[in-house]
Amino acid sequence: MALDSKIPKGPLAEKWTNHKNSINLVNPANKRNIDVIVVGTGLAGGSAAATLAELGYNVKAFCFQDSPRRAHSIAAQGGINAAKNYQGDGDSTYRLFYDTVKGGDYRSRESNVYRLAEVSANIIDQCVAQGVPFAREYGGLLDNRSFGGVLVSRTFYAAGQTGQQLLLGAYSAMNRQIGRGKITMYNRHEMLDVVIVDGKARGIIARDLVSGKIERHSAHAVVLGTGGYGNVFFLSTNAMGSNVTAAWKAHKRGAYFANPCYTQIHPTCIPVSGDHQSKLTLMSESLRNDGRIWVPKKKEDVEAIRAGKLKPRDLAEEDRDYYLERRYPAFGNLVPRDVASRAAKERCDAGYGVNATGEAVYLDFASAFMRYGKEQAHVKGLDENDDALVKKLGQEVVKNKYGNLFQMYEKIVDQNPYETPMMIYPAVHYTMGGVWVDYNLMTTVPGLYCIGEANFSDHGANRLGASALMQGLADGYFVLPYTIGDYLAEDIRTGKIPTDSKAFDEAEKNVVDNIEHLINNNGTHSVDHFHKRLGKIMWEKCGMARNAEDLKSAINEISELRAEFWKDVKVPGTSEEYNEELAKALRVSDFLELGELFAKDALLREESAGGHFREEYQTEEGEAMRRKEFQYVSAWEYKGEPKDAVLHKEDLQYENIEVKERSYK
Amino acid sequence: MNLTLKIWRQKNADDKGKMVDYKINDISPDMSFLEMLDVLNEELISKGESPVAFDHDCREGICGSCSLFINGRAHGPDRYITTCQLHMRSFKDGDTINIEPFRATAFPVIKDLIVDRSSFDRVQQAGGFISVNTSGNTIDANTIPVNKHDADDAFSAATCIGCGACVAACKNASAMLFVGAKVSQFALLPQGQVEATDRVLNMVNQMDEEKFGNCTNTGACEVECPKGISLENIARMNREYLAANVKS
Repeated sequence: MALDSKIPKGPLAEKWTNHKNSINLVNPANKRNIDVIVVGTGLAGGSAAATLAELGYNVKAFCFQDSPRRAHSIAAQGGINAAKNYQGDGDSTYRLFYDTVKGGDYRSRESNVYRLAEVSANIIDQCVAQGVPFAREYGGLLDNRSFGGVLVSRTFYAAGQTGQQLLLGAYSAMNRQIGRGKITMYNRHEMLDVVIVDGKARGIIARDLVSGKIERHSAHAVVLGTGGYGNVFFLSTNAMGSNVTAAWKAHKRGAYFANPCYTQIHPTCIPVSGDHQSKLTLMSESLRNDGRIWVPKKKEDVEAIRAGKLKPRDLAEEDRDYYLERRYPAFGNLVPRDVASRAAKERCDAGYGVNATGEAVYLDFASAFMRYGKEQAHVKGLDENDDALVKKLGQEVVKNKYGNLFQMYEKIVDQNPYETPMMIYPAVHYTMGGVWVDYNLMTTVPGLYCIGEANFSDHGANRLGASALMQGLADGYFVLPYTIGDYLAEDIRTGKIPTDSKAFDEAEKNVVDNIEHLINNNGTHSVDHFHKRLGKIMWEKCGMARNAEDLKSAINEISELRAEFWKDVKVPGTSEEYNEELAKALRVSDFLELGELFAKDALLREESAGGHFREEYQTEEGEAMRRKEFQYVSAWEYKGEPKDAVLHKEDLQYENIEVKERSYK
Repeated sequence: MNLTLKIWRQKNADDKGKMVDYKINDISPDMSFLEMLDVLNEELISKGESPVAFDHDCREGICGSCSLFINGRAHGPDRYITTCQLHMRSFKDGDTINIEPFRATAFPVIKDLIVDRSSFDRVQQAGGFISVNTSGNTIDANTIPVNKHDADDAFSAATCIGCGACVAACKNASAMLFVGAKVSQFALLPQGQVEATDRVLNMVNQMDEEKFGNCTNTGACEVECPKGISLENIARMNREYLAANVKS
């Protein structure tokens, strides 16, 4: 099958408006006869479910958590971008589009990104109308801050809890529709397969996680908003339950999986402390607005710090290497995430890491304390030369901006970040790759849609900060609810989809067989044992820097590990009860397949772009070397084993932006 | 560290349940409390026993999934954190730790330490929203300025994570802090005024139907709230409720 991205014709800025004006609509009376399943209730799924229900469709929404409010979008900290130009700093739809395409290292689809930038301003209006309490200035208007990779201030925020506030906004919109009976909510349910009837997605098989019961649910279309697959690395900033299962099952039923190797390793996370670690914690990128990143210049200072003989605060300015400011004077500490992460790895690999494991750099607020403190002292008419006073005033300002992040850091690391610099190191955070979708956000399976982080479309090879929330809500509030009508217009006379068809029988049997196998396996090792081993392979061979040799061995090792898992995994309990080990086993079994495709994709892509860095393809200065012949999306078709997947290419055209060397110097 | 754990085990909603003792050794003080339970579960699985079921997800204190009543306190001994942010350095070698679920009539136990908090969802469904459809044609966000003080207070109220610690800590199992926080968020914003009367009446009504207890101003909820939600929110809800009753 040839890939058709269905990009509307016409000038870039008119595509979306023209498309909306020309696609089919479903009249309000007919919407009442149409059912839509939405899996996942994060920013994308939650906003889509609410909006579809407002439009009049009957929505069935599913989440594995005990409430839709717990989806992992809740943990997003820093903010959401929108081209409002409230700061009058020259921002525009085009600039947001330009920054996002450049930030993604020219590997995203131009038309989708432009649409994203276009609807970004609507998101802020919508959320404020819903009562989302964004940060405001003293005049009562909305405040903004800056994020990495851009030269304007376009990020809206609610302290360090922007994702929480936006998700609770979408949750409240859902609650209104649940109360009206337009959304039926299935909490603690996990989708375990998509059901395809006559070539169209017509339902799902789900497991009630409390009773263990397997359920059949039918609909006229299925929407996946099930997030990213960062947990394939075991250790990531994702929630413990975040998984690829829904997206992977869709892939196995015919949806192409695009660019699986594009992973974002976020530069500012709390370093790993030991083998017991179950997950990693992110410190918002917004901290790089005020924190300066450094390591010591001299090895002897590094050793003294590691041995506890030298305190970082006591190291003289001239003995510190503010390596981002040194290498990238134009963007400094606010270079994009992929660049900042690689630079940290480079310093640590060279032996300048500042903790016992050698994998940490400093994020230091000392100069921000003084800068803000002087301003406060001036405003309040106090002595600007009293350093102790100035520092105290400055710390108050920083506390107001990032208080919850500082507290979080102190609780985990047991060090006070107001007194000593934070230690940070990159960690897996977001996946740009995902299910391939066309301009309408439909996958290669008719009637199966994919939105938010779970799809691949908007961020190319690297996502800019504060753009994930933007995409999730753009897809869910403003794009999918309209484009899906074009497809559903064909279904106004279809009537209810029965669940007693062969297709449902077959899908349910598959699910039940897998569960039975796992429960009766009686192996010797727990699910986590395999998950940790998979994570180790992924981190060491498919992590921040990759090469052909490692990737080839990763493919073999993951394939062997998968065989071992099915033979030797031990899942206690039964399938007819609340059984977290069983739920985990089903998720890890999919990670074990995805991981192999991930490595295969990384091996194919003989270039460095964004989060994908191949050691063989770098400039003399160690920067990523993009190659013109790889200016395409790799979309994989399932053919049995992951190693047998067939490649389809979507060539990327850039007609409205000049593809240049991506420089932040 | 070597510890003794006394953990509530209950097979399902119908089981009576009981406390069971476990010994656990070689725990690092840098582990989080839930990582310590992970270690215990790995041991139980390898011995062929059933692991302890507990709710958890983000493990960074924001999703509100984790609960646990630890040594008689919701989310354990430290203030302003959830159980997943509690670290073993808060305990001493040789300690005995009691671990129970959040208990309330409105939070029935599902299994072991997992409770059903869907009553919270139903209270929100009764009125915890502003009725505005998604259109892309709402007025520009900056058309209505909001006093920064009110916006900050609305935000503080909105930081509630819906974990249920307030209910678990309250001797009456009252949900007034949870409901008061949502009512306050909207009461403090101009967008929330239009439906203010119905909102507070419907949410309080649903709260009572879910069999949450009454508030007797003890203040345990505020002390145990991991997000430091203030009692002022309960006072504000009471004012809103009174005004709504007068109006309706």
